[in-house]
Amino acid sequence: MKKIDKKKLLLTIIFAFIGFLYLYPFIWAVFSSLKPLNEIYEFPPRLFSEHMSLDNYRYVLFEQTPSFMHYLLNTTFVTLVSVTFSVLISITAGYGFAKLKFKGRDAIFMLLLVTMMIPFQVLMIPQFVLLTKMGLYNTLWALILPTVFTPLGTFLMRQYFLTVPDSIIESGRIDGASEFTIFKNLVVPIAKPAVATVIILTFMWRWNDYESPLIFINDSAKYTLTLGLSNFVDEAGVAKDNLIMAAATVSMIPMIIVYFVLQKQMIAGLTQGSNK
Amino acid sequence: MKKNNVGYLFVLPAVIGFSIFILLPMVFSLVISFTDFNIFKGISGTVFLGLDNYIRLIHDPIFWKSLFNNIIFIVVTVPIQIILALIVAYFLNDKLYGCKFFRVFSFLPYVSNIVAVSFIWMALFNPSQGVINQVLMHLGISNPPGWLTSFHSALPAVMIVSIWISLGYNVLVYIAGMQNIDSTMYEASEIDGANSFQKFMKITIPSLSSTTFFLTVTGIISSFKVFGQINIMTQGGPGNSTNVLAYYIYQNSFSYYDMGYAAAMAWVLMFIMIIVTVIQFRKEKGGA
Repeated sequence: MKKIDKKKLLLTIIFAFIGFLYLYPFIWAVFSSLKPLNEIYEFPPRLFSEHMSLDNYRYVLFEQTPSFMHYLLNTTFVTLVSVTFSVLISITAGYGFAKLKFKGRDAIFMLLLVTMMIPFQVLMIPQFVLLTKMGLYNTLWALILPTVFTPLGTFLMRQYFLTVPDSIIESGRIDGASEFTIFKNLVVPIAKPAVATVIILTFMWRWNDYESPLIFINDSAKYTLTLGLSNFVDEAGVAKDNLIMAAATVSMIPMIIVYFVLQKQMIAGLTQGSNK
Repeated sequence: MKKNNVGYLFVLPAVIGFSIFILLPMVFSLVISFTDFNIFKGISGTVFLGLDNYIRLIHDPIFWKSLFNNIIFIVVTVPIQIILALIVAYFLNDKLYGCKFFRVFSFLPYVSNIVAVSFIWMALFNPSQGVINQVLMHLGISNPPGWLTSFHSALPAVMIVSIWISLGYNVLVYIAGMQNIDSTMYEASEIDGANSFQKFMKITIPSLSSTTFFLTVTGIISSFKVFGQINIMTQGGPGNSTNVLAYYIYQNSFSYYDMGYAAAMAWVLMFIMIIVTVIQFRKEKGGA
């Protein structure tokens, strides 16, 4: 039997305790979301109290108007549509920049890359004006369109395609296939790992986006979870923290589930640039 | 590989989209920074101001206060994040049982939306009822800080939240870097009798220098982007103690509707970010 390393075990216990403290904000939020308001701020704090129930969730999801169920649907729509378009655009553009030759290719790509550094503050007023002129202000499309043409997704796909050997593509050309056929039948099927990374990163950015809805949406029926949560407080008046914690948990849970399912791809995608 | 103009078709959607939603707005933003444009006047009512907006911000004390807060933010949070992450990464890199479990959970703050995180921390920072002050008072500290409600403790509170959010990301990047270190270097040092601490200081840290550089640059850029937690937790207060450039630009755009002025400030912010990044790159090249 493998000997248990006592030092390693001790370190594990210490870090488990540190980890509990580190994640305490989440733990406190979830347990508070299940309690009535007068039981949240007891001291000494305890996880379980007398009158725990799902009442807060029932309120924020179904009884409040507009409900968080409604915000959930808005956010899901924006996220799924954005992910779909982002993948389609970045996989084709990424492939074009990586494997196809045309004049100005690298210069255009450099331009795309540079714009990744531009802070939202520079773009927000013009995008606000542009979306208003396009008649898209205060629609969910205002949250989708500006972000779908993501230079970052294109960058990730291009980096991935650069590692694909040219031989596969060349053999397709020798067979006389058109570039689109080669792309569709030979390239797309092998792009899965990079596509998974683009999916999970886009999902996270769109689901968690707060700055775009804050500026581009002002009708509460079109709020996303982040904006709905931030404005929920003003309606409820003084801190009804139990309800806020339930709403906050609702806003986080789908993202956390997706994260657990795709964490390998997400971590790979986010740490990728760091070891150039 | 022969030239293939069909490549233009492949990149066309991305290029058109980015031209409309990024390039065009950039130009528009630059142009209005020289005017007094706002959404109500429209383009017809706009007056050309030349460099007035830029001169104005040089004399704007809140601009300088906000920039100063950004600098404090960087100088405090970036080193703390990096040192903490280095230490935690060391242990989470197979020095514990269940490392994968720890790593997966360490990332949770990073993937959670800023609004939810802000409200949770606001409740924890509540000066009278929140857990943090309750614990401090029980430990005998009779006058714990007012955190988000006090002029001197608000920015530290916001910085604590930022460090908490980013730690998981920094840890995971360091772990990826550590796993790239050649193990033969450690083995050779063991033959020379090196202990864990010496190995960490003499091999691990130097080998991670490019990772550290990367995290420094991304940490600085992220610091300039901090917005959501300020809009929710403090709105720049109390008394501008937590106002930062990103937030002040937002205030000028959508509270004061002084959009030309805000645009000028946004461009100044962008140039500051570029300069700081270039300085970091020069330092790295010089030291390497």
